[in-house]
Amino acid sequence: MLPHLDAAHNLARWLMRDSAAAEDVLQEAMLRALTYFATFRGTNPRGWLLQIVRNTAYTSLKPQPESVPADAVEDELVSGEDDPEAALIHTEGRRRADRLIAALPVELRETLVLRELEELSYKEIAEITRAPIGTVMSRLWRARRMIVDAAAREAAA
Amino acid sequence: MNPADCDKILLVQAEFDGELDAAEAAALALHRETCPICQAAASELAQTRELLRVPGVYRPASDDLRARVLANLGAARPAPPRPARNWFAGWRQGSAGFGLGAACAAALAVLIVAPRQQGLTDQLVASHIRALQPGHLEDVVSTDQHTVKPWFDGRLDFAPPVKDLAAEGFPLKGGRLDYLDGRPVAALVYQRDKHLIDLYVWPEGGTQAAFPSTAAESGYNVVHWSADGMTLWAVSDVEAGQLAGFARDWRKAK
Repeated sequence: MLPHLDAAHNLARWLMRDSAAAEDVLQEAMLRALTYFATFRGTNPRGWLLQIVRNTAYTSLKPQPESVPADAVEDELVSGEDDPEAALIHTEGRRRADRLIAALPVELRETLVLRELEELSYKEIAEITRAPIGTVMSRLWRARRMIVDAAAREAAA
Repeated sequence: MNPADCDKILLVQAEFDGELDAAEAAALALHRETCPICQAAASELAQTRELLRVPGVYRPASDDLRARVLANLGAARPAPPRPARNWFAGWRQGSAGFGLGAACAAALAVLIVAPRQQGLTDQLVASHIRALQPGHLEDVVSTDQHTVKPWFDGRLDFAPPVKDLAAEGFPLKGGRLDYLDGRPVAALVYQRDKHLIDLYVWPEGGTQAAFPSTAAESGYNVVHWSADGMTLWAVSDVEAGQLAGFARDWRKAK
C-alpha cells in the first residue's frame, strides 16, 4: 500500500481541505487498510486504498457543515514548519487552483481531484466513488464549469 | 453552457479525458467541426486543466508524514495472538497518542484480525500472487544488491539482508515493500528461469516460529527459515526441491 501513500494523502487532503485533518484521515485509513489487507483479493490496490480513504474521510466529515473552512486554503501558507509544503514558494497560480478546488461541493471535488490530479479513468473513479460512470461524467462536467465560472469571476473582480 | 445545449458535450469531455476509442473520436471530430457549442466546450476543458494542473496543487505525502504513518502501522501491529486480551492490549498501546480515529479502527480490528492470523502461509501466497499482477512486483528494479539494499533504508525499521544469487541461478530482480503478519516487510524478488521467487524478510519475533519450514498452498511452494535475527519466507511456483535449493544457497551466500 505504501506506493500509493501519495495518492491516498492527496485525496485525503482535498476531501478534508486541511493538512491536520488529512493526516488523521490518512493514518486511520492506512490502519484500516493494514487490517483488511489480508482479505484484499482485487487487482487494483490503489483504487481499493482510495476507497478506504474516502470512506474514512466521509465519516469524519459528516458532523461538519459543507462549507469552506476559513483556513482551507491559506492555512498551509502561514503555519506548520513541519509541513514542507509550507516552505514552498506559493505562486498565485497555485493559490488560485487551491481556492477553486476547495470551493467545490465535496462530490464534485473528489471526482475532479481523482481525474485532474490523480489522473484516474472514469471507471476507476466510478468504483472509488461508488457512482455510475454517467454520474462521474456529469459531476466532472459540473465541477469544471464551476471552476471556469469562478475563475472568470475572480478575473473580473 | 449546459450539457443540454448539445447532447455531445459529455462526449467532448470524454475525448478530452482520453476515454474515447479511435472510432468514437473520429465521429466526434466530424460533429465538432460544425458545432460551436462543442468547440467552446473543448477550449473550456483545456482552460480548466491549465488552471488546475499547477505544481504544488497535488499533495503527496511528505517524508515526515510517510515516516509517521510507518511508525503508526508498526506500533499498531498486533502482539502474538494467543490470549485475546493481550493482543487487544497491544492494539490499545499502539493506538495511544493516535487519537480518536484509532478507537474505531481498533474496534474493527478485533473483528477482523483474528482470522487472518490462522494463515500466514495464506497471506504469503496471496501477497505473492498479488505481486505478480502487472506493475506490482518491484518498487525498486535492480539486479545489484548494493542498489536494492539501500532502497529499503528509511522505508523500514530494519535493514533486510540482500544477497545476489546470480551465480547459483537465482538472479536478483529487485525489491518492494509489503505487509505481512501485521507489519511492513521487505520483499526481495529473485528469478529462476521463467519463475519468480518472492523472498519476504522481517525481524524475528511474533507468531511465525510455530509454522512448519515448508508448505504448499494453491500450487505455490513456501519455505521458511531464520538467519541473523531475521525470519525469511520464500514463495514461488518453482518446484519444492528448487525452492529448498534456493533457501540453501541463500543461507550459504555472503
